[in-house]
Amino acid sequence: MSAARKAGAPATATTGRGAPVGATKPRVVSGRVVRTRGGRVSLRVQGRALAVTSVLVVALVVITGVTLTTGDFELSVGEVLRALAGNGSGGADFIVNTLRMPRLVTALCVGAALAVSGAVLQSLTRNALGSPDIIGFTNGSATGALVVIVVFHGSMTQIAVGALIGGLATAVVVYLLVFGGGMQGFRLVVMGIGVSALLLAVNSYLITRASWQEALEAQAWLIGSLGNRGWDHAIAIGVAVAVLLPLAFGLAGRLSMVEMGDDTATALGVDVARSRVALLFVSVALAAFGTAVTGPIWFIALAAPQVARKLIRSPGPGLVPAALMGAVMLAGSDLAVQRVFSPALLPVGTATGTIGGLYLIWLLVTESRKSRV
Amino acid sequence: MLVEAQAPSGSGADDPAAPPTRRAAVAALRSLGLLVALGVLVLIALLSVWVGTRDIPFTSTWSVLWRPDGSDAAVIIHDYRIPRTLLGLLVGMALGLSGALMQALTRNPLADPGLLGVSLGASTGVVVAIAFLGVGSALGYVWFAFIGAAVASVVVHLLGSAGRAPATPDRLVVAGAAVTAVLYAFNSAVLLLDPRAFDKFRFWTVGALAGRDLGIVQVVLPFVVVGLVTALALAPSLNALAMGDQLGRALGVNVGRTRALGALSVMLLCGAATAAAGPIGFVGLVVPHVARFFVGPDQRWLLAYSMLLAPILVIGADTLGRVIGAPGEVQVGIVTAFLGAPLFLALCRRRKPATL
Repeated sequence: MSAARKAGAPATATTGRGAPVGATKPRVVSGRVVRTRGGRVSLRVQGRALAVTSVLVVALVVITGVTLTTGDFELSVGEVLRALAGNGSGGADFIVNTLRMPRLVTALCVGAALAVSGAVLQSLTRNALGSPDIIGFTNGSATGALVVIVVFHGSMTQIAVGALIGGLATAVVVYLLVFGGGMQGFRLVVMGIGVSALLLAVNSYLITRASWQEALEAQAWLIGSLGNRGWDHAIAIGVAVAVLLPLAFGLAGRLSMVEMGDDTATALGVDVARSRVALLFVSVALAAFGTAVTGPIWFIALAAPQVARKLIRSPGPGLVPAALMGAVMLAGSDLAVQRVFSPALLPVGTATGTIGGLYLIWLLVTESRKSRV
Repeated sequence: MLVEAQAPSGSGADDPAAPPTRRAAVAALRSLGLLVALGVLVLIALLSVWVGTRDIPFTSTWSVLWRPDGSDAAVIIHDYRIPRTLLGLLVGMALGLSGALMQALTRNPLADPGLLGVSLGASTGVVVAIAFLGVGSALGYVWFAFIGAAVASVVVHLLGSAGRAPATPDRLVVAGAAVTAVLYAFNSAVLLLDPRAFDKFRFWTVGALAGRDLGIVQVVLPFVVVGLVTALALAPSLNALAMGDQLGRALGVNVGRTRALGALSVMLLCGAATAAAGPIGFVGLVVPHVARFFVGPDQRWLLAYSMLLAPILVIGADTLGRVIGAPGEVQVGIVTAFLGAPLFLALCRRRKPATL
């Protein structure tokens, strides 16, 4: 795990610099090892990872600032901070705490959840295209959520549970379908696209069963939208992220070992089957809760982990940078659709869908250059 | 309707070395199968005219079918159900043939206008026509649907065959998914930004045969006919190409011309079907496989069978959607996806090299 975290205890840096990682050279462990004095806790810190993470954090702060201060009503930073502290003027208080803040928190949490979900799944399937949006898990979650919305008119919590059940069921189905052929290669992706298409038909059907007003809302929800998101949404996804992200980070070490191959991981003392099931569950749950709140958003889960990985040039699945990257991407996309197309209310999914398709195209072209399909 | 109890490999059937009596018998059996398919198609069409949200007894259906007497039943049947059935017939033929052609031309068992982004390309053409150019008539839509279908299919094929790697079926499917994602997002954005266009587009929406009048059938008919004739005329050349381009050339086929005409036919058929009924997925994928199960790889039989089996599926799915969705209806595109996606998955699971 190449997460750039500082050890909490007083640390002394020791030597341990590996060879610089080139594009063509074999991957070598690099970075500095930071140990506590007793040697009980040791961390490998890479300068590059640290730099990228810092830049992402700065980007997050900037996006947060711009989102909260600009818009139809310009607010100064001071006004926003006062409103957040709970002693702003009535107007500012309403704009910040009721309109902008919950939407922003939702965007950040969903982005992080989707990105980590994608990172884990891509790593498990050893496939750049093995992300929940492409292989149908997101659509499955949407189906579960829609059933709750259209048939039972359920609450936010019930919708989240429905999405989780839908996502898990889809994961089981896809897993059974590719079982025996291995979870690798394009076969999984093509299967997933088939399952996705079927689920898309189910979703369209569910929408036709809804009343006309519901259908319009559901249509916007189906492409992924952050409009009219209140604190109940933000809290729902916030709790999910607070529980699941630490779980994912805790499993990250095993994930990078499983990525090396089953035999290697077993030799290193990892219970591969159990780890895989646990990781798959965490990944599906993150994607499902994200989808429950915003609808199926494309591209974040696919691209954020890979972009983070390419920037860091990390050999393993860097979950922390991926999470930050996802949060930046989704909050940034949402900021763009809010400000560029204002006053029209475009769902954020239209932006991520476009970029995602283009990214997928680019991926196809570069993959074929390497002729590694 | 298992009329062909022979091995789907088609071995021996078209083998010139096979005894002539056997070949004649196989041909007779297949012709009989075609007749049976035609009979089933007529029955399904009648069923589609008879079954609907409004219960009309079969005897009165039959009588007003031939002698419209101005009653409610006659109006429903002549103004709603007959156009719908004719449209299903036309759209089905077009989709089945274009799917079979695509699979033959690309030697890709997973080729389907919906999966390879052609349908969504046509939709995008229609969206652009409505939103930016103010086109309002079905005849106007058709042209834009063609242009969209053409552009999308060219782009998907370029992407699928980019770089040094060969254009494998899998890569084409992924390229189709990528192009579909972009176009889907674009369409949603345009329609959500332009409520007026959304209102117009809604009645054209996801693969439905409802709410169309005979006018649209007349508009797309010439295109479908040209596409059908082109496709059927290409069948012998496609057989020669089945072994690969080089062998096809050696057998005297003009490969470039065959491909170009085939692509043109696919665009005409696909564009016309999508312009008339909106995007209907999986028909072009499923039907040729069913046909192959009956008659093996001979393109001449395959195209003929696809042309008859596809409308059975489309009209059947449409009727089924009216029955299970009563008092409303389930759009035909949704029903075909339910029927088609499982088959697609089964095909992916097998992944034997396809006998195309």
